[in-house]
Amino acid sequence: MSAGDPVAAFKTEADELLDQIEQDLLDLGGNLQDADLVNAVFRGLHTLKGSGAMFGFDKLAGFTHHCETAFDNVRKGRAPATAELVEVILSAKDHMSALIHQSDDDHEAASAEILGRLRAAIDIASDAPAPAPAAQAASPTPASAGGWRVQFYLPPDAMANGTNPLALVDELRDLGEAEVRLVTDRLPALDELVPTECHFGWDVTVVTDAPRSAIEDVFIFVIDDMQLDISPLEPAVEEAAAADVMTPETENVVAAAVSAASPVKGKPAEKSVENVRVPAERLDELMDRVGELVIAQSRLFQLAQNSIDMSLRSVSEEIGLLASELRDTMMVLRMVPVSNLFGRFRRLIHDLARDTGKIIELTTEGENVELDKTVIERLADPMIHLIRNSCDHGLEDAEGRTAAGKPESGRIHLRAQQAGGEVIISIEDDGRGMDRARIRAKAEANGLIQPGQVLSDQELLQLIFAPGFSTAAQVTSLSGRGVGMDVVKRTIESLRGQIDIESVEGAGSTIRLRIPLTLAIIEGLLVRVGEGRYVLPLATVEECIELSLEEDLRSRGRSFITLRDRLVPFLRLRELFATGTKPEAFQKIVVVGIGAEKVGLVVDQIIGNHQTVIKSMSPLHRNVTAFGGATILGDGNVALILDVAQLVALGQNQEERLRAAS
Amino acid sequence: MSASVLTVDDSASLRMAIRIALTGAGYKVTEAGDGREGLAKAQSERFDMILTDLNMPNMDGLSMIKEIRKLPTQTGVPIVFLTTESDDGIKQQAKMAGATGWLVKPFVPEQLLRVVQKVLGR
Repeated sequence: MSAGDPVAAFKTEADELLDQIEQDLLDLGGNLQDADLVNAVFRGLHTLKGSGAMFGFDKLAGFTHHCETAFDNVRKGRAPATAELVEVILSAKDHMSALIHQSDDDHEAASAEILGRLRAAIDIASDAPAPAPAAQAASPTPASAGGWRVQFYLPPDAMANGTNPLALVDELRDLGEAEVRLVTDRLPALDELVPTECHFGWDVTVVTDAPRSAIEDVFIFVIDDMQLDISPLEPAVEEAAAADVMTPETENVVAAAVSAASPVKGKPAEKSVENVRVPAERLDELMDRVGELVIAQSRLFQLAQNSIDMSLRSVSEEIGLLASELRDTMMVLRMVPVSNLFGRFRRLIHDLARDTGKIIELTTEGENVELDKTVIERLADPMIHLIRNSCDHGLEDAEGRTAAGKPESGRIHLRAQQAGGEVIISIEDDGRGMDRARIRAKAEANGLIQPGQVLSDQELLQLIFAPGFSTAAQVTSLSGRGVGMDVVKRTIESLRGQIDIESVEGAGSTIRLRIPLTLAIIEGLLVRVGEGRYVLPLATVEECIELSLEEDLRSRGRSFITLRDRLVPFLRLRELFATGTKPEAFQKIVVVGIGAEKVGLVVDQIIGNHQTVIKSMSPLHRNVTAFGGATILGDGNVALILDVAQLVALGQNQEERLRAAS
Repeated sequence: MSASVLTVDDSASLRMAIRIALTGAGYKVTEAGDGREGLAKAQSERFDMILTDLNMPNMDGLSMIKEIRKLPTQTGVPIVFLTTESDDGIKQQAKMAGATGWLVKPFVPEQLLRVVQKVLGR
């Protein structure tokens, strides 16, 4: 680990600490008797206060101290944990975050307001300011004339507990010219001697101007447990104490014996797992390099394929293997569990429940599913919006629910699951479901659709994501926050993901976000259609079958194949892309699927696997929906990446139209 | 040879601040994020000194100090604990557990070095 900026590290750490405190508070809110949670909150606040003071966040430390004191009282049973207290500390947590990140602003009023509420919420008065660090009882005796005679016996366990008597004596020597005598009157007989205990006393005279407190400071860690006499040195009084006196040489011998008594190196214990914290930008940088490497590697592969040099080929293959392993390792490094994401919503639900007066229960599932860190970060805002929407419009209030024969408490369920190359995150509520008539009326009123226009159910529901659409009869403070559902959809699409809606009126809605596992590199299947080359994400490819010319001719007009008793629609990419070329004799159908939906794509040639570094399309091409991006091939040419979800939808539409026609 | 110090604290920023101060003064620093990890390190390597927080997850400082004092490999190793508590109760408890000394947070690097030099001796 390299040395970094401790203040920046403190801020990161404080954020994590505050998140943890928030989680614990929310848990505590659900179970006010849980002593472990009270302790956890206390510990978090305590650490925050301590580190805050270390790094110059004095206001934070002062403010946090009051919260800590409150929890200390709860912890010690002097005050009960109450819902009000949890609520106040939650506000305090937000305030602490402001004190950390906007440390220059004036927070006095807000601090005072929260502390006022805190005092009201806890029965015990907690107005004592942070006590000053313990001051040792220092007697302000003036400096003695000439120096001090210091006689002391250390507690028997002093050496075992790490106190080095010689270091203490050295410290006394540092104060001035000293004469040291070892006192051995308490040395037990050999058979009673415990070698790790300290049996000696010392008698030291120091000629110094230092005050008595300087002498006491030397013994600060042991002063309460030891026998210590400090007396001013009388001028010219030097008669020896009635104790045994050893020469300095003897003392050294004893010291050597003592230090030799400590055994050395033991057996190595099992190694604990170590974590290294790396700034996200460095990972991004590394990712870029890996991307470039993969492109360079595919050029090398191309060259090697055209070469007869066997050793070049084998090196190329080896590098190809390493590059793909490196890519996989890189991916794993960037993955974080969605629990990071889900955890943030507990507070949201808590606040939403408080603000709407509804009873809302949040349950989660599949928190261990992992996603690219960047994806997780970009998912947070859209999900907040969707959850707000579900709580605000989806869930009924307690009376409404009772009337509908449902339990009083509404439920929001967040689920993450991995399916092939994508992660499906769903937000389910058991509310009233979407009112299709109202959506239609609203869309017609806004001119999004023609009156009476025929729409599939999914198309109708998807209208809520159209720009300028809002189903809420009145914009509440919860959902009406400027960002519309269209922004949600755009964000998800920018992640190459898509949104499905399922909704049963009266029973609830499920919004499903399908997000590709990673943004940067995918394993692709390279195909040729006419002269152009295209990449299909390999994770979506289910199988490849041959489509003979006769079969193609026979099926014309009805683009279906029967695949194990199942009718699968197919699209002729040659026609779709208007290549202007004739169908080749042995076309292939690549069957791709998303979830349960399948569609066949007719291509001219399947070239093979291709590690695909995804480059996004220019803004000019953003509306060309059939493509999800572009990539650079080994020979420097560009291949477009097919957006399988869009093609599947296209195929399904075609299927529905044909079915409707027949 | 430079003295080796094991720092045990769950706060990475604090460990970083301590590391910067101690390595700057020529000490060799090993870090652990909680008592359990600190104990594991103490079991596998002899240090010249251990600097530990008290309030930590998994294993708190007091328990770690007690465990380390049972290790034959660490006999007499100075253990200094970090504390923000000003009441003597916690100090007494820590001393009973086997701590050598303490350092009150917040501290500046000079205070830290003074304590380290104090317990390590010349």
